[in-house]
Amino acid sequence: MKVRIDPEICQGQGRCFSIAPGVFDFDDLGNGVVIGDGTLTNDTIELARLAQSNCPEHAIFIEE
Amino acid sequence: MTDSPLVQDFATDWDHSDPQWVADPYPIWDDLRQRCPVAHTERYGGGWFPVTHAGVSEIAKDTDNFTSRNVVIGNGRPTELDLPAPIGVAPPITSDPPFHAIARRLILPAFAPGPINALEPMIRELCSSLLDELVGEGVVNAGTKYAQYIPPGVIRGMLGFPEEDIEHFLEMVHIIMEGIDHAEEERIVEFEPVEAYFAAQMEDHMDNPRDDLTSYLLNVELEGQNLAMEHVFGTMVLILVAGIDTTWSAIGSAIWHLAQNPEDLARLVNEPDLMPVAIEEFLRFYAPVTMARLVKHDMEYQGCPMKEDDWILLGFPAANRDPVAFKDADQFIIDRAENRHVAFGLGIHRCAGSNLARLEMRVALEEFIKRYPRFDLAEPEAVTWAPGQIRGPRNLPIRILP
Ligand code: HEM
Repeated sequence: MKVRIDPEICQGQGRCFSIAPGVFDFDDLGNGVVIGDGTLTNDTIELARLAQSNCPEHAIFIEE
Repeated sequence: MTDSPLVQDFATDWDHSDPQWVADPYPIWDDLRQRCPVAHTERYGGGWFPVTHAGVSEIAKDTDNFTSRNVVIGNGRPTELDLPAPIGVAPPITSDPPFHAIARRLILPAFAPGPINALEPMIRELCSSLLDELVGEGVVNAGTKYAQYIPPGVIRGMLGFPEEDIEHFLEMVHIIMEGIDHAEEERIVEFEPVEAYFAAQMEDHMDNPRDDLTSYLLNVELEGQNLAMEHVFGTMVLILVAGIDTTWSAIGSAIWHLAQNPEDLARLVNEPDLMPVAIEEFLRFYAPVTMARLVKHDMEYQGCPMKEDDWILLGFPAANRDPVAFKDADQFIIDRAENRHVAFGLGIHRCAGSNLARLEMRVALEEFIKRYPRFDLAEPEAVTWAPGQIRGPRNLPIRILP
């Protein structure tokens, strides 16, 4: 399973990297970015889902 | 408040300065949501108030039909004297695409989490020294003696203006806040001492560049050129206007809540890791900021006949209480796990200062409850709320409990 952020939708609300700092980071403008290639493990999947359900812009996508 | 007649029906005649709205707007919004998702008014020259999360979200993202040329509702409209869209008087908050992105890009790096997180020790020291001044008092005014001083103190530090100038700086901030919606001619005169003081600080920074917001703004480039001094000054004014009563209100509302909900206060005292989650719920439940838009051209929107230059009151706080978007929307749930609140707006104008605002809220609350693990309202009826588009407690006497 993989997570990605759509950079066209992300506005830097900052929720993902606070909730799941192991999965997400921020760039120089404060927009969210996925760490590495976004592959989720059993340890990170729940946190990634929690971040997704807190993104006001609906910019986070989790795909099989 | 206003001399306007009191509102009888908010669906057809809303007024965000009506005493009933200022005292407690939530029942009004709940009622409107049931029967009229976009309320109307003839006041202020005509305007609309979408009260659902879907309506607020759609308009916030629709920059084709709604302009940010003026984001604070008044009786007038922007004139030819004001800078036109897409630039506006206070970029980026009054800018539309495509210029908006350029103006916003300029300030975002200074407000990204990296530089903002580095301010934590400075903010903690400021909060702690404000509390030191109150030692020994049984009743402390958490509004006028604490929350109010945090945001300007922090911005003073970020700008790198001298600490010993704080009283003078607060005076300058006061002139700006009072004068910001005065007529252009008046404002120019009123701002003279402010401009002189800021110009002196900028000059000092040009001679001795350092790692602060003033040096950043003086060095940053827009299309290969440094900003003109007036542009730097304008940006500083915007940051002061956008960053002060907003954050002060957010801190005050949280303390007001804790004073009345001892079980929530006890949880924060005992579970410090809960603070970031709690802050999001404070932001949802007591969102302090409502913005405005102007309708760009005559059109029908959700069955409403909107006219060019009608106001839109963009109620982020009302959206945050919409039961369609939030489970138990009318309940404050301190550990709410899913919270897509829109207190910092939605779309391209997302609050540029949100990382700073959250940090200030967290440190201000942590320091306050460390000093005072138990407190309540000294005089509930003495608490006053700011009218208009920024909502938060102003007079907030808190009784310290043993
Ligand atoms: C809890 C405190 C705060 C709240 C709730 C808040 C809320 C908001 C909201 C809702 C907007 C969107 C405006 C719109 O859509 O028209 C906004 C924009 C903005 N805020 Fe904040 N704000 C807060 C604190 C701050 C602070 C501390 C700063 C800076 C020091 C700041 C700087 C800005 C700026 C520059 C914009 C304009 C962004 C743009 O147009 O691209 N705010 N704020």
